[in-house]
Amino acid sequence: MSSYRIHVTDALIIGAGLAGERTAIELAARGLEAVILSLVPPRRSHSTAAQGGLQAALGNCAQGRGDSPDVHFKDTVKGADWGCDQNVVRLFVNTAPAAVRQTARWGVPWSRITAGKRRMPDLSVVEESEASAGLITAKKFAGTTKWRTCYAAEGTGHALQYALDGMVLSLGVTVHDRIEAIALIHDGRRCLGAVARCLRTGDLRAYLARATVIATGGCGRIYGLSTNSVINEGTGLFLALDTGLACLGNMEAVQFHPKTMPPTWIPVSEGGGGYILDRNLDYFMPYYQPKNKKVPYRDVIARHMQERIRAGLGVDGPHGPHLWLDIRHLGATHIERHLQNLAVFCRDFGGIDPVRELIPVRPAQHYVMGGVRTNIDGAVYGLEGLFAVGEAACWDLHGFNRLGGNSLAETIVAGMVVGRKVAEFALGHSLQYSSRLVGEHLAAQEYRLRSLIAGKNGCENCYELKKRMQRIMMEYVGIFRTGTGLRKAMAELQELHQRAQQVRLVSNSRGANPELEAALRLPGMVRLALCITCGALARTESRGSHYREDFPNRDDINWLNRTLAYWPPGAELPVLKYEPVTITELPPGERTASA
Amino acid sequence: MGRRLTFDIFRYNPSVPGSTPRIQTFQLEETPGMNLFVALTRLREEQDPSLKFDFVCRMALCGSCGMLINGRPRLACKTFTRDLPAQINLFPLPVFKLLGDLSVDTGTWFRNLALKTGAWLHTSRAFEHDAREERMDNETALRIYEAERCIECGCCLAACAKVHLQKEFIGAAGINRLVRFMLDPRDERGVAQYFEVLGSENGIYGCMGLMGCEDNCPKDLPLQLQLAYIRRRLAATGVSRSQTRQGKG
Repeated sequence: MSSYRIHVTDALIIGAGLAGERTAIELAARGLEAVILSLVPPRRSHSTAAQGGLQAALGNCAQGRGDSPDVHFKDTVKGADWGCDQNVVRLFVNTAPAAVRQTARWGVPWSRITAGKRRMPDLSVVEESEASAGLITAKKFAGTTKWRTCYAAEGTGHALQYALDGMVLSLGVTVHDRIEAIALIHDGRRCLGAVARCLRTGDLRAYLARATVIATGGCGRIYGLSTNSVINEGTGLFLALDTGLACLGNMEAVQFHPKTMPPTWIPVSEGGGGYILDRNLDYFMPYYQPKNKKVPYRDVIARHMQERIRAGLGVDGPHGPHLWLDIRHLGATHIERHLQNLAVFCRDFGGIDPVRELIPVRPAQHYVMGGVRTNIDGAVYGLEGLFAVGEAACWDLHGFNRLGGNSLAETIVAGMVVGRKVAEFALGHSLQYSSRLVGEHLAAQEYRLRSLIAGKNGCENCYELKKRMQRIMMEYVGIFRTGTGLRKAMAELQELHQRAQQVRLVSNSRGANPELEAALRLPGMVRLALCITCGALARTESRGSHYREDFPNRDDINWLNRTLAYWPPGAELPVLKYEPVTITELPPGERTASA
Repeated sequence: MGRRLTFDIFRYNPSVPGSTPRIQTFQLEETPGMNLFVALTRLREEQDPSLKFDFVCRMALCGSCGMLINGRPRLACKTFTRDLPAQINLFPLPVFKLLGDLSVDTGTWFRNLALKTGAWLHTSRAFEHDAREERMDNETALRIYEAERCIECGCCLAACAKVHLQKEFIGAAGINRLVRFMLDPRDERGVAQYFEVLGSENGIYGCMGLMGCEDNCPKDLPLQLQLAYIRRRLAATGVSRSQTRQGKG
């Protein structure tokens, strides 16, 4: 063990996106030492790609008047199809306004209210008063009763990440980038840190901490079509799962973005101002039109689009069938001025001029509501000293469908709330570990690496297996699910899980090696795929984004609960358990799109 | 059928003792809408899994994939192969430490820059949990955002002749980042403090006005304008200071 570098700190945070950095700030502000590990430099995190905005009931702008945490609460619970934890939602909606204002203090250039009249694309006129001028403004988002989505021009995630990273720098928080945590260190009861691998040199090292926080984001890349960054492979999720002690909540709840553009599936959002057309240029979603104030939930739109494609009415494109998004009627001025990002994306990544041409779109994986299951304090079930925050966590704010803008808000709210709890834990618990235990964890990972490099495991190709997994997930565990399809996926994934442990590297360089990294992650990714599949197969109802064609209705009598997936050491499949969903204020009712 | 593309790619793994830099040639058939993210990912997955490059968001927001594409610093993710000849030469960005093949350590460079220049909002005021936010007019917010939106990809530095000559010069990205804070009324630093950081040959006076930065910025930032703004602000401070001194003398 003496040959390895050992870092000891108060709190270890795995992941430097918004949730991780916000948690670190809270710790540093309370005088604790925090070390953040990140696959990439913090400012390259997936959080920077979040463009839409962030929901907080400030109620400043004219269309947001009358908004309050109570209204935000109802929208969130309905959006979640009652699958969320209402205590968490209440805490979240009450904290969000302060969390946003605090980031203004840290430098986020939130867009502000300008007094006067403004004409919207649907020709309605919005008038802002002098009294509210200069306050943080908000825009409309699907599934929200009021205009509640705060934004910083067209780069909310970017602006937030840079502001938070600035605070991280000013507070002297240590960031180790290009470092990947590959196993948690624990003694069967308490988490003591992580074994990590340097992506620059390939060296192993150990980080020991009183508290460890998983903030690694989602696992979108287990799907073939995903809007996620390429690093969103769910590393933190299987780190926790592989302890056999922690569990993942509601993994079958996967959100699909209705409109993403080939060939790289970049989301193109026009704010509900466009029309969606099929191959005959038929306009088949009568409710999806600019004048409709009731923008339906994302899962509803995505299903309707996928249905059309399945019916053979998609357009045959070089990257598979798609539909069209038409925004030409909005006119050049509106598009260039108010949909700048969309215009840039279309031109730079689709080679399309949205002022004159139709935009090819189809649904792709976008967000996982599930994650490492925690309590309201962010403490992970089953392992003391381990916390999870942000998309990596199932705090359970989102239930079975996340509202747009609630995930960005979750990162800063949970970072604030959970950060405080992590600090309390770290202050109340000393770090006690045996060198032997740490040595054993390091040795196990060293063995895993050496076997892979030596080519002793078998002769499977890592990238072929990964693509196969991604295809299975798209085909059988996507927007539409059936018992037959899910059983097929389960059998195929189980076989893949075996094969994922028999990878032989084509390349042989030690040190930084992208193939080795992919091969190390693959078995864990397949386990996540199996957690999603088995959860979806067991859940014989439809709720939010989880849609079973053979069980199309929500079933509150049997399924108003949360799936917990465990992976006992050496098991071939996850073990599923269930816990009730907390209902405090809003009993289950009809899920209609908000006005 | 698409064109047959030939990629000549710089290969070097500094962590392998005795290895020397070389050029490796790859062939790939062009597919519709192909960009260099798609092409390089395919090369790695289908031809040489050890090929190192950095992509994260693949939508020109994270700033990871700057490289020299046929000699020019560009983001690989937003470069269509159809805009390039069939012969494509890829080299890592200069200026930054090479990690291997096309991967360079821009992260460490920008982190050091931010620490050196104090690139965060400086305020002494505590946050009041229950208070309403301070007002700001939207024009100001947008002006800040215009400088804020730099993604620190490093293309402007790779394109700057002066950075190549003078390692400590903070370049357009460094200066633009500080403009962002100068424009922000919430930042409590005065011009004199900015002068400490910027008023030297490694700051604004290091710029020779070649404008390789503006010509090569993948985000079309108005870097020339921002450089001129700083120069003007600092010159004005210099003038007023010397006047004060003369007045006192």
